[in-house]
Amino acid sequence: MKKTINIQNIFLVAMIAMACSCSKGIEERTDGLPPLNPVRADQDAGTWTPILLTGPTEFTVAAPISTASPDYRIQINEIKSMQSRMTEADKKLVEYWSAGAVLRWNEIMRELVALHNLPPYQNDDGTYPFPDPNNPLAYPLFPFANPPYAARAYAYTAAAQYDALVAGYYYKDEYKRPAPYVVDSTLQVMVPKTTLPSYPSEDAVVAGAAVEMLTLLFPGDQDFIRQKAEEHKKARMLAGANVRSDIEAGEALGRSVARKFVSRARTDRAGVAAGNQAVWTKLEEDTKARGEIPWISLETPKRPPMLPLFGKVRSLMLDSLTLVSLRPGPPPSTSSDQMKAETEEVYQAIKKASRDDIAIVHNWADGVGTYTPPGHWNAIAAEDFIRQDFSEVRWARNMALLNIAMMDAAIVCWDAKYTYFNPRPSQLNAAIKTSTGTPNFPAYISGHSTFSAAAAAFLGHILPEKAAAYSAMAQEASRSRLLGGIHYRSDCEVGLQVGTNVGSYCIQRAKTDGAD
Amino acid sequence: MQRKHILGFLCLLAFWIPKQKIQAQTEWDAIMMNKNQFCIGPMYTHSSWTNYWEGTLKRENLNIGRITTQSVMLMANYGITDNLNIMVAAPYVWTEASAGTLGGLSGVQDISAFVKWKAIRTNLGKGKLSVFAVGGISTPLSDYVIDYLPLSIGLGSTNLTARGMADFIQDSWTVTGSAAYVHRSNVTIDRNAYFDTEIRYTNEVQMPDAAQFQLRGGYRGKYLIAEALFTNWTTLGGFDMTRNNMPFPSNRMNATTAGLYVKYTVKNHTNLSVLGSANFTLAGRNMGQANAYSAGIFYAFYFGGQKGKNQSIKSAQ
Repeated sequence: MKKTINIQNIFLVAMIAMACSCSKGIEERTDGLPPLNPVRADQDAGTWTPILLTGPTEFTVAAPISTASPDYRIQINEIKSMQSRMTEADKKLVEYWSAGAVLRWNEIMRELVALHNLPPYQNDDGTYPFPDPNNPLAYPLFPFANPPYAARAYAYTAAAQYDALVAGYYYKDEYKRPAPYVVDSTLQVMVPKTTLPSYPSEDAVVAGAAVEMLTLLFPGDQDFIRQKAEEHKKARMLAGANVRSDIEAGEALGRSVARKFVSRARTDRAGVAAGNQAVWTKLEEDTKARGEIPWISLETPKRPPMLPLFGKVRSLMLDSLTLVSLRPGPPPSTSSDQMKAETEEVYQAIKKASRDDIAIVHNWADGVGTYTPPGHWNAIAAEDFIRQDFSEVRWARNMALLNIAMMDAAIVCWDAKYTYFNPRPSQLNAAIKTSTGTPNFPAYISGHSTFSAAAAAFLGHILPEKAAAYSAMAQEASRSRLLGGIHYRSDCEVGLQVGTNVGSYCIQRAKTDGAD
Repeated sequence: MQRKHILGFLCLLAFWIPKQKIQAQTEWDAIMMNKNQFCIGPMYTHSSWTNYWEGTLKRENLNIGRITTQSVMLMANYGITDNLNIMVAAPYVWTEASAGTLGGLSGVQDISAFVKWKAIRTNLGKGKLSVFAVGGISTPLSDYVIDYLPLSIGLGSTNLTARGMADFIQDSWTVTGSAAYVHRSNVTIDRNAYFDTEIRYTNEVQMPDAAQFQLRGGYRGKYLIAEALFTNWTTLGGFDMTRNNMPFPSNRMNATTAGLYVKYTVKNHTNLSVLGSANFTLAGRNMGQANAYSAGIFYAFYFGGQKGKNQSIKSAQ
């Protein structure tokens, strides 16, 4: 009987331990950030060089109403009324959005990319359907946000936000309308006060540009995008940072500027990058004609190669001659001893892969269902930028150039992939079993290497104290593809070199755009 | 007396992988070992599937073909008292895909330890009713890869299980029902951001808890045990794989399996027993429709020796 009681106690203790054991909540790295409090206001950003705009006044922002007017008073009272009814959820909105407009929209875009980075399932006859931008909610959902698609999406959205902010800051300085808490010192303020004029609202500029671009890029997610924009605008008013007219002017400007980018995106040839059967066949025939083994899809059924014409997409910054000049020389011939040796190196790497090697492969894989390698570098950049207390316009400028560098990396890399149409290691040696998914496009040059080197080069310019760390990360990302069994050494090494070269253009640009 | 050890089938191998912890010591059967009895042995399991449920949609995947998971598990059981047993097990697991380029993985998976207590034993009509409480823990023995489904060898969480069980036996015919709550710890994966139903900027994955049910019945004689069993694993939360997406450790993984379990104790050498089992997945969600087969051989020893060898047989009934 005594024993029974002891045992009962054991069970009781075990049950209590289970009930109270570790709370399961997880904490994310960008939860609970402090509000953005720029060390430099960058009030002169209206003089910085935009990407596509001819100048900051290409789109006009009408003069604001006077802060002495009764209408302005009504807008102040609107804020006070909202604040008097503030809920816990409202407070969370303010906290979330106060961390930074560019940061949060960049995170939202990464989420949309991850949601959409899924290859379509095959048709019954073994062919594959293509997502249709005009019918985005029918399967396969539009878009398939693969790495080139994502690179372009990040670049367009960031560049549109940057250009819109250059214009926005121009008008801020032009009209010099003070923030509502400057006009009415009794107003409750939930964000750090700034001397930056508040008309038009920089947050609304960013949101307006984001809504316009993301509606083009993720047309099936408009409800989600609009809801985020509404929350963003509401958060700024709840925080006492902007009156309604600051918000409305900012949003309208952001949308107008972004529409210029939308027009550009519709004609940048990305829409036809998937090619067609004739294009796919020709790639194979041309490669055979050169005496090389052509790439073949390792999927069942064989899937058409990913975006074979993405190398023809227009850059936001570089002309086509420059893009062609960035094309690397050919890979080792598929019949060469070097290719044989490199294939054997991949085989050995996979066979000898340690637990740490696999961790490296998986940390950098950024494959199906993720925000892609460009998204990974956005996350890396954003988490470092948070600590820099950049102004919104500097955030936008750095994100724009980072993502333009990666979009250009995608263009140059995809150009090389389909110029040479080189097989993957598992095609040349079926014994090579990979530790991550084999991408459905040619090997040479490595996309991860190209993206990563371009991003690392540019970020090293923005944060020189971290340049060596970024370079090491790019090298690790590159090496992860060899360790994972999906790239040869040549793919990785040349990819890093080409990426660095691509990144140098954005560094050059950064030195002369007025922000450095 | 060898029949007293508590060995089981690995119905859980019927899943994506033996991830729900190989609780092969069946903490879910009604058999007890006697005091100071110790039993040990290996069990081999082969589990494979070609069809799986992507959310609730059943499909095949030509890029992985057939997924095969095999394991060898060493299991040991000990009778602390006639009514209190402890069971420990640890498997080595290896996986492979028959098609596509993805390579399999291998390694030592989770160690599990369960305590089974026969709390009540009473006559009921012409038979006997027993009620058990079982508690256990399982935790990874190695730093194996978690986020590589369906080819990872385990899910990596530390699980605490609490089970209630009732058994009725009359003239060697038996029926046993049990229900368990499994508390699963969060796990850490090799990447620092992932998407479940939204993007998460952390390498920590919140693992939903799970419930487990089993109903089994059949013949439980002196040398032969033959039972049919139905088992259900239901994840209490988690999310569905989206179309053509990869599986993820915190998916809502459910499975219902039906199987057979046979154990035979060698008549003229009762220290020795062999067992075999087969389990088939009837329904599932975010898991493979696996067929699993197990075979094991076990040897029993006595410590203390205060009980006669043949005395213990009765206590199972």
